[in-house]
Amino acid sequence: MQEYFHSVRLDTDKCKGCVNCIKRCPTEAIRIRGGKAQIIESRCIDCGECIRRCPNHAKTAFTDNLQDLANYRWNIALPAPALYSQFNYEVSIEQILEALLSLGFDEVFEVALAAEYVSSQIHDYLENNTGNRPYISSACPAVVRLIQVKFPELIDHIIPVDSPAALAGRIAKCQSSARLGIPPEQIGVWFITPCPAKVTAVKQPVDMEISYINGAIGIAEIYGELLKNIGQNANNVKRTATYKGVGWALAGGETKATGRDSTLSAHGIQSVNDILEQVVLGKLNDIEYLECQACAGGCIGGPLMVQNRFVAEKNMKKRLEFIKNQGLNDDKEAQINYDPAEYALVKQKIEPRSILRLDSDIVKAMQKMELIEKTLARLPGLDCGSCGSPSCKALAEDIVQGHASETDCVFKLRERVKALAEEMVDLAQKLPPSLNKENEEGFYDRR
Amino acid sequence: MTNEQTLKMEFTLKSMDFNLAGEASSKIKQVLQRIGISSAVIRRIAIGTYEAEMNAIIHAVNGKMTVEVSKDKTEVTVVDEGPGIHDVDMAMTEGYSTAPDHIREMGFGAGMGLPNMARCSDVFSIKSEYGVGTEIYMIFNH
Ligand SMILES: Nc1ncnc2c1ncn2[C@@H]1O[C@H](COP(=O)(O)OP(=O)(O)OP(=O)(O)O)[C@@H](O)[C@H]1O
Ligand code: SF4
Ligand SMILES: [Mg+2]
Repeated sequence: MQEYFHSVRLDTDKCKGCVNCIKRCPTEAIRIRGGKAQIIESRCIDCGECIRRCPNHAKTAFTDNLQDLANYRWNIALPAPALYSQFNYEVSIEQILEALLSLGFDEVFEVALAAEYVSSQIHDYLENNTGNRPYISSACPAVVRLIQVKFPELIDHIIPVDSPAALAGRIAKCQSSARLGIPPEQIGVWFITPCPAKVTAVKQPVDMEISYINGAIGIAEIYGELLKNIGQNANNVKRTATYKGVGWALAGGETKATGRDSTLSAHGIQSVNDILEQVVLGKLNDIEYLECQACAGGCIGGPLMVQNRFVAEKNMKKRLEFIKNQGLNDDKEAQINYDPAEYALVKQKIEPRSILRLDSDIVKAMQKMELIEKTLARLPGLDCGSCGSPSCKALAEDIVQGHASETDCVFKLRERVKALAEEMVDLAQKLPPSLNKENEEGFYDRR
Repeated sequence: MTNEQTLKMEFTLKSMDFNLAGEASSKIKQVLQRIGISSAVIRRIAIGTYEAEMNAIIHAVNGKMTVEVSKDKTEVTVVDEGPGIHDVDMAMTEGYSTAPDHIREMGFGAGMGLPNMARCSDVFSIKSEYGVGTEIYMIFNH
């Protein structure tokens, strides 16, 4: 398999080797080795949980930046709906879009608008398909990857409908290319992202061969510049999306926009994990659609956001109420001619990337499993993390797989040292026969 | 080693202990995933063991589940010490349940557990004596 791109990375200089991140990683993808964290590439789903947890800011997200725009003749910004939550609702969406233009983009295309199309595609799909209930949203790439690595049996439940960002990228690139007569490869399309998971999804899509999006720029990366430019420009851009699409930024917004009743929304990576366990047990078969988001609160809680999540949520709710009352003052159908067939994309099947298998041979795997249980029984069960593995169980597995040794556990080490010390005392008391008083009677007499 | 290699697990199922409900089947599922059993088979086993586990917890006392995994099959035995089932044929029909209201409110009692166990396993047998206990035996071919 080709090398896997990851947005989440480690800044080795800042890492102190504390164990905060390893304990919070939902896929146990981090170990501490040699005093520094190491991310196990095959396990990482780029959810960004470690970015939130690291007290030393040593976990970072690779994103593109504005300099990259210079490589293209025409640049289009695709703002995630969550971007709007970073501003008070009195800052209008038009002002935010204008500010994006002043950063060097030639055009903006709201992902929120694509979200509206996606909502109706989801609606239609659910109307016509019932075989794999509950269908699971494909919008959050961290969730899709969680399913790939930990719930491969649920891959068929992922709804084969594009994410709003992917669709926005496709519409924007194709339409502008046709309108301007610029070849698609000279058009740069940039997703303004709330999270590293989307960066990875753009660089390496799981369900299609090519991405129409050229890169992703973190919201935190451009927030300062945006702030400076808010309200400084003429009001030429019109917003295109209604509250339905914009609402996708909040947990629950997607299900609301699909207009189906039997839905459920789970957010926060641990909660998503728990709800997926329920799906596996067939407990949620009566639910039509399951919206899952890795971030608590939805995308407004993304790791690359600037505002506190609760503030962002308040901002967003206010804004939704506001634009709902305001309505759209122009005719968006005239602006965007969306023909699903024209943009329909043959989706690749999402492949499982299971991290769970201990060995490719079942019998060997069973032997390893037994060894792990035995090893685990000898470990203290404190899950302290000092060994560099997230739990005693993970250490037991690392030992059996040959990546760690039992004395990596400080308690085991202490036991060993104690045993050694006792042995040394024992040995120290042993004297050579020539000095040993007990031997006074003489060696030969003993017979 | 030989193909006779097996893996045994044993779980105690405590009556009405909803804190631990689902633990046994979830543990079994994890182990099977690590061993590399196909996900479609794991799913059947997860459902079968979960339903059997829940029945022992909700309807019975002193339940015990034993699981033996070998290369090509997983065998599951769940025994409990009562109260046993009056009419097994009746209990096996879809939608039949004696679960009281407070259990139904928790989302159980659709009367689908036993039929689901029979459906997702390759071999299914149930023995029950009223006043004595129930024994469920399932084989899942890998
Ligand atoms: N281990 C058991 N001991 C005693 N009675 C049982 C046992 N298992 C099942 N039963 C009886 O058989 C009935 C049907 O069981 P089944 O698992 O099919 O449905 P349920 O448990 O009532 O509902 P569901 O499994 O759908 O939540 C139960 O309501 C109960 O009366
Ligand atoms: S919930 Fe939104 S912000 Fe968070 S990882 Fe998923 S797509 Fe990204
Ligand atoms: Mg039952």
